[in-house]
Amino acid sequence: MTPLERYESLVDDPEAFRAACDRPLPSVVRVNTIKTTVDRVREAFDDAGISHIPTDWHPGVLRLPEASPGRNWPHAHGWIHGQEEVSNLPAAVLDPDPGDRVWDTCAAPGSKTTQLAALMDDRGLLVGNDNNLGRLSALRHNAERLGVTNLVVTNRDARNFSLKPFGSDGDDDARVDAFDAALVDAPCSCEGTIRKNPDAFDTWSLDHVHSVAGVQKGILRRAVQATRPGGVVVYSTCTFAPEENEAVLDHVLDTEACRLADVDVPLEGVAGVTEWEGAEYDPSVERALRIYPHHNDTGGFFCAKLEVTG
Amino acid sequence: MSDPTNDGQVFDRLPSTSDDRDVAGRATRSEVIEWWGDRFGVDAETFENYTFWEKGAGKIWVFAADLPSPTDAEGIGMTFLRTRQEHWKPTTNAVQRFGGRATHNVIDLGPDEAARFLAGDDLDPDWDGDWGYLIVTHEMAGEREPIGVGLYVHDELRSVVPKGRRASLTARE
Ligand SMILES: C[S@@+](CC[C@H](N)C(=O)[O-])C[C@H]1O[C@@H](n2cnc3c(N)ncnc32)[C@H](O)[C@@H]1O
Repeated sequence: MTPLERYESLVDDPEAFRAACDRPLPSVVRVNTIKTTVDRVREAFDDAGISHIPTDWHPGVLRLPEASPGRNWPHAHGWIHGQEEVSNLPAAVLDPDPGDRVWDTCAAPGSKTTQLAALMDDRGLLVGNDNNLGRLSALRHNAERLGVTNLVVTNRDARNFSLKPFGSDGDDDARVDAFDAALVDAPCSCEGTIRKNPDAFDTWSLDHVHSVAGVQKGILRRAVQATRPGGVVVYSTCTFAPEENEAVLDHVLDTEACRLADVDVPLEGVAGVTEWEGAEYDPSVERALRIYPHHNDTGGFFCAKLEVTG
Repeated sequence: MSDPTNDGQVFDRLPSTSDDRDVAGRATRSEVIEWWGDRFGVDAETFENYTFWEKGAGKIWVFAADLPSPTDAEGIGMTFLRTRQEHWKPTTNAVQRFGGRATHNVIDLGPDEAARFLAGDDLDPDWDGDWGYLIVTHEMAGEREPIGVGLYVHDELRSVVPKGRRASLTARE
């Protein structure tokens, strides 16, 4: 059984689902508003003869039907960043304000980190963490090219991320003792990236799904703990397995002080599932959003928004 | 406590002025801001809400927020300026981010030269201004936009765009 067959019972239109998974993904870029505007990027693309089509849900996300996102002047200036369309969702759902303190728990290579920075007008404090040092250098490179100056980069296991190095137990005015929001764009089995990586299933196994789900639970719990009451935690994966999605939410609802909120975005998708292979999840996981590749002609994605209550 | 030194592992916030300096050779916040003003005419107000940090000898970072000093991290803000050498050198990324506010020591290139500069080629454009580090710009979507840093010496403009930021762009795909 391929992973896709595993989820056909969940999908509204299995045939469209299968067909979309077989099509390659279009090139998509996000406009980096730290350095420029959507209008200037469009003008620069026109000047260079590069065709570009705005997505209907986000004016700053452009499809490039013919070109690759990298080899052009707007890229050299850090005006754009190649970033898949659905990958623009979590930061938009988190929707930070300039001046907020935000923790990106699994940040490398930084597509969503740099988008968060742009939404914050490059002000406030953004912590980009990843436990993989090699991937962190890609994060730093991207953040610098995109002109991000409000980012602190750390290299730790997010499951036991401590605020002590930021002075949390001291009395320095610049200390950080809690975040206003956190993003958990978790490591996952990546089933939804099959259009981009046709070999994504080669390494797939149920054992891996279960072990990565354990990591996801640990990271999401820590994110809720490190966020102040009233703050927001966004959870996302690029996979379909309910074990890595709704089951992770269910676990965190049980163990930490938080509740689910609606994911309010103008993209098509379906509700989170409350039952899977004999397991039942908290009914509120329906408020999460599942996006299948045929819904918006994108990769597959899962996104949920949690409010911290205590 | 040990003597204050320049610890290469952690970030230290720059002292405001030389009166507050306790690590020998460390640049101060006011020197850094003054340097951008003297060299390129970038207004001091531009940096009002930023803090400046040193990690390793001479590497200065610009940060839009603040943290307790010292802080142990992989990065704080953006690499900004190389000090502790005779001629201070701004980074390509700092010039792209803040160099649009420069009023002098800026050299504007035409389309072909700009493409060669980005590819890492040395050029010999007309320039009768100062020698040293210049901000190199070209026109993008109707306005001047900084590409990076050039070193002008002996009637030659050397591209110091770092390898990871160089690119060979064909005029049209
Ligand atoms: C889906 S990727 C993140 C992509 C990134 N958010 C972006 O938009 O560019 C997941 C990341 O989690 C990191 N990771 C895995 N386990 C981790 C842990 N325990 N703590 C912190 N990061 C972890 C991986 O190194 C990987 O870079």
